[in-house]
Amino acid sequence: VSTASLSVRRWWRDPWRRPRFLLALTWGYLAWSLVPVLIAVAFSFNAGRSRSAWQGLSLRWWIGDPTAAESLLYRPELRASVVHSVWLAVATMLIAVSLGTLFAIGIDRWHGRGPGIANFTMLLSFVLPEIILGVSLFLAFIYLLRDVVSLGTTAQILGLATYQISYPVIVVRARLLSIGKDYEEAAMDLGAPPTQSVRRVLLPLLYPAIFASAALVFADTIDDFVTVRYLCAAASCEPISVKVYDAARAAPPPSVNAAVTFMLVATLLAISVGFVAYRRITREQRAGPAGRDFIGFQV
Amino acid sequence: VASEAAADTDVVPTVPRTRRWRSPRKKGGGEGARISSVLYPRWYWPSFAAPATVWLAFLFILPFYVVLSAAFGTVDLFGNPLPIYQPWYWSTATFQDILGRFYGTDAFYRPALIRTLVFVPAASLLCLILGYGVAYYVARHAGRRKGLYLVLLISPFWISYLMRIYSWQGLLQPDGLVNKLLGWLHVVSSPVGWLQGRPSTVILGLVYGYIPYMILPLYGFLDRIDQNLLEAGRDLGAGPVKTFVRVTLPLSRQAILAGMVIVALPMFGDYFTNDLLGSTKTAMFGNLIDNAVESPGGGPQAGSLVLMLMVLLVVPLLYYLRSTKRAQEAA
Repeated sequence: VSTASLSVRRWWRDPWRRPRFLLALTWGYLAWSLVPVLIAVAFSFNAGRSRSAWQGLSLRWWIGDPTAAESLLYRPELRASVVHSVWLAVATMLIAVSLGTLFAIGIDRWHGRGPGIANFTMLLSFVLPEIILGVSLFLAFIYLLRDVVSLGTTAQILGLATYQISYPVIVVRARLLSIGKDYEEAAMDLGAPPTQSVRRVLLPLLYPAIFASAALVFADTIDDFVTVRYLCAAASCEPISVKVYDAARAAPPPSVNAAVTFMLVATLLAISVGFVAYRRITREQRAGPAGRDFIGFQV
Repeated sequence: VASEAAADTDVVPTVPRTRRWRSPRKKGGGEGARISSVLYPRWYWPSFAAPATVWLAFLFILPFYVVLSAAFGTVDLFGNPLPIYQPWYWSTATFQDILGRFYGTDAFYRPALIRTLVFVPAASLLCLILGYGVAYYVARHAGRRKGLYLVLLISPFWISYLMRIYSWQGLLQPDGLVNKLLGWLHVVSSPVGWLQGRPSTVILGLVYGYIPYMILPLYGFLDRIDQNLLEAGRDLGAGPVKTFVRVTLPLSRQAILAGMVIVALPMFGDYFTNDLLGSTKTAMFGNLIDNAVESPGGGPQAGSLVLMLMVLLVVPLLYYLRSTKRAQEAA
């Protein structure tokens, strides 16, 4: 046996050797997953029309020439769709987070057969491919509910809220489990009636989870293009995500890169605001692992 | 009843009003259930869950009924689709027509179904192989830098799927960076048409899109594996590979299955990855549904296809829901 193979064997047997292959795999994966996005961001600052050949740095596609109407800022329909996106996201966030939080509290405390069925339905709405929910809402709004709600902004908000309601439920329920019932029972021992023990004790304890899920819902709604595309009949109710999707199927100019970068910034901003609020509140509390609430499901 | 009320006041003597809210129960769900049912009226907690339950009933369950009614509906005098809401009048004509497009002589939907049944398992398996390695490294070897790795692993969740796929669309253009790099390395002599309906592009696109959903649950699971078990394996003379195969891998079987289902479910309904990175030559089941929705009067076809997709997904769906329920009960 040569010394080389002996040293290879010793290296192989060493239980504390660094897993170089896995290290390379991990960094390779991270580069693969993030670098393309950074390149797309960079090309929104391209001076030319291409999104694959670099032709110099410019803000042309962001704030360029009002007369050419080709930049994110000066293309009227792009600007309108950004406003529409934000409006959809805010409305969806308010509905989904309030309904979802109440649902999570109710389901967590209500024992019997009812909550099992309600919870099953909720989880089903979470795991079904979005196209199934989108198509069924689309059919409901064009046939059965045609005279109640027709396709448009209201239908979009109703659909988005239905799709997003499970996020706050999952995040808030996880938080409820980690809080336990001690605080609430202490409050009731001290004479608080049910409404007060929920409003003044339980709800403040849930704020971190509520903020986290609000940020998640906002970010996810800005990005959504499946449900909203089916539930919108006119060009005026197309959010930026749908505009991007439609443009991407043709030959998109870098203003679309600017639009996706804008969506990215909006999402990251929502997540950061939510995260700062989350950290401020959990600083004084017996908190779970920080930040775990910021993923859609339990890790 | 009087003695029960007396017992209640013993539990919480400072809250005399609780007697009004008391709701005696035959069966309780353990200690917590007993206390909360004593302190709260019976309708109290259900009323919290009621708004969302009503919401889901009208906007989740009811639309499914409309899907059935449209798929088993008929057409009016002008040939427009007319859903039928009474099950006893349902007609299976449209549904059978769609079903006929999957088999028989005129099976022009079949290639899309076969592609879906090949692309999705292939992409899920690739997600697992790649994702397991990454999750394993971060869970076991990241050390002090675990926080950084986690932020980097989570960040794709905050970047829209649309943007991630759109970015690749730019890179894979004929004059895009991928072709430039390959040309510069002399791997290819002329630019490759990556976006002209190549199965490999669509599969890699699916892997790229959904792998974060695989890595995080796997990481969460691998992170919880007791290090002592691994050390015991080592102490008993197993090498690193043997420890992995005999200890870690069997322990993570549940997590692997759950991760596969988590990534495969949305892939089955995916149409946008192929829309942006493929062509009609790589159309999947989701594209059939999307095309039906976009065609005028295609509601019943879309409804029938959605029903078929749900039948296809029933087993993985139920598996996932059951394992989630188990995990919730264990917690």
